[in-house]
Amino acid sequence: MAASPQQNSRAMNNNYDGFGVPLILPSWIIIGFFLVVPVAMMLMYSFLTKEFRGGVIWEFSLAAYDQFFFDRGLFGDSPPVIEWTYISIFWRSIWQAGVATFFCLLIGFPTAWFIATRTGRNSTIWLFLITIPYWVNLLIRTISMKFLIRDNGPLNEFLISFGVISEPFHIINTNLAVQLGLFYSYLPFMVLPIYAAVERYNFALSEAAADLYASRTVTLTKVILPAVKPGIVAGCILVFVPSLGAFLAPDLLGGAKNFMIGSLIEEQFKGNAGNWPFGAAASMILLSLVLIVLTLYARHQARGQR
Amino acid sequence: MKKLIKLTASALALLFAVNAANAGGKLSIYHWFEYIPQELLDQFSAEHDVEVTMDTFDSNEAMLASLKAGKLGSYDVAVPGDYMVEIMAGEGMLDTFSKAELPNHSNIMDQWINVGFDMGRKSSIPYQWGSTSFSVNRDDYKGDINTLAMVFDPPAELQGKINVLDSQGELLALASMYLGIPQCTTDRDQLKALNDLVQKAKPHWASFGSDTAKDVLVSGDASVGMIWSGFSAKAREEGANIEYAFPKEGYVVWMDNVVLLKDAPNRENALKFMNFLLEPENAAAVTNYAAYTAGVKGTEPHLSDTVANSPESNPPASPVGEFVQACSQEVQEVYDTIWTNLKK
Repeated sequence: MAASPQQNSRAMNNNYDGFGVPLILPSWIIIGFFLVVPVAMMLMYSFLTKEFRGGVIWEFSLAAYDQFFFDRGLFGDSPPVIEWTYISIFWRSIWQAGVATFFCLLIGFPTAWFIATRTGRNSTIWLFLITIPYWVNLLIRTISMKFLIRDNGPLNEFLISFGVISEPFHIINTNLAVQLGLFYSYLPFMVLPIYAAVERYNFALSEAAADLYASRTVTLTKVILPAVKPGIVAGCILVFVPSLGAFLAPDLLGGAKNFMIGSLIEEQFKGNAGNWPFGAAASMILLSLVLIVLTLYARHQARGQR
Repeated sequence: MKKLIKLTASALALLFAVNAANAGGKLSIYHWFEYIPQELLDQFSAEHDVEVTMDTFDSNEAMLASLKAGKLGSYDVAVPGDYMVEIMAGEGMLDTFSKAELPNHSNIMDQWINVGFDMGRKSSIPYQWGSTSFSVNRDDYKGDINTLAMVFDPPAELQGKINVLDSQGELLALASMYLGIPQCTTDRDQLKALNDLVQKAKPHWASFGSDTAKDVLVSGDASVGMIWSGFSAKAREEGANIEYAFPKEGYVVWMDNVVLLKDAPNRENALKFMNFLLEPENAAAVTNYAAYTAGVKGTEPHLSDTVANSPESNPPASPVGEFVQACSQEVQEVYDTIWTNLKK
């Protein structure tokens, strides 16, 4: 978070007007209060002993992490083997989020390109059109999606009436429905950052590449993509991370048949299980995974720039 | 400065005015979603000059978690289901009252006074009761539906067209009845059989959904839907050609109860409210709204015909329904493992 002091000290000295600390205090308080304190509490709870039907006993315990990684059978007294249940739940969520991100990129990039290359007011109108559906609550949009894709819904009726298919195409309550829901929910988070990057792109570079006999593919991969990469990466992160914790689409479109990370954690606090330390531990593991990926990416970026 | 003082004074005056408007004080309710008509709350508010506020929850467990996480002491009354009353009493979350404090105590139906979860009704009163079973679309299936096999071992034409409630307690209770084993059994072979049964049945289920239970039956997405009795009656009213089953192996009966919470900030008003709900016409107003059944004497003249004659609310003499039991920690942990295995 903090940049190296040597780099920034001069800039800070020049701009320092004596009000720096009081002015920055609100953001420190917000970060401290809404980020550090909750995460610290979560970390602490994950190492406490669970109380039956919710709550914790203030005794140190590794039981939550043990439960995550070791399977001791239905009655909890078999010799421990590796627990695949939670790993597979995490993997399912990562896969669903990954597929949704991939399709967001596939559709989002050309869309963003199209909008950024419109002139004047036209691009503003297109951007406006992209954001309009997102003024509607996510729950409502997800339920509408459910109405659209159900077996006797408009999509199937349309396809059948035009003779494309004869039997309803069964999407609802499948993984495809979940991916579709995630894709639809988070598409603008992909379009907007890429749009911002493409808008700043200097199109003279493409012409220069063409003048130097670069094919269209080479221009795309060697000139355009590196230039708009920050926008693509930001879009991918903005789509992937919320998809990972999503529970509306899996519950409403996927039929809640399988836990996703979000519903697994929710169950520990709201369900019969009432296992708060385990819910906290699962959240910590998820948080660590996300942070590791982001750190690796940041390192990779730093190396690339050097 | 003068202006500021003036402003403060008028603000204070306004504050007192608001207080004066509700001389009877406040009442804070923690209730299920969509379970009490607003007019009834308004009526209570007007009759007793009390400011009523209400928060809602969507499962017994969510309510317990919220009270445990520090909300106890901010609500006066809550509406837990039968087994949850027992759990809350065990956790020391309930206050008790005497019959003298609740003049309408004698309106409670005799069969609902000495209930296992609150003998003699010392900290709870009946709110509504109903059952949990399943409904079947009669266009899609014509045969006999009064067996739990419809859910746990369905005929071929209904496989993949079943919605079950996303509710561990009720689902495992029905599964236990289907197997003929006691609820919360500690017998390992029986628990294994329970695990195997739900594992084998899952591929036949299209979805798990509680708040969508009614809609999937109305829309025709599901041909069989595990559902609460009142929800089924509402689905029928909305045009679904469904029949509610009273399976021969048994079904779940539940009762929601208004409890007096410990450290209630407005204990007096809580008792007034409970007394108010024990008036036959008020209990009937809730029944007419929610389509379940009240546990209060003398509601019949106030009931609407559709609710009074609904097949969902008039179970046959046999089989009889059973309450869901609160399992011991040991068994509950196995149940949790079975549930996680089912949804992994």
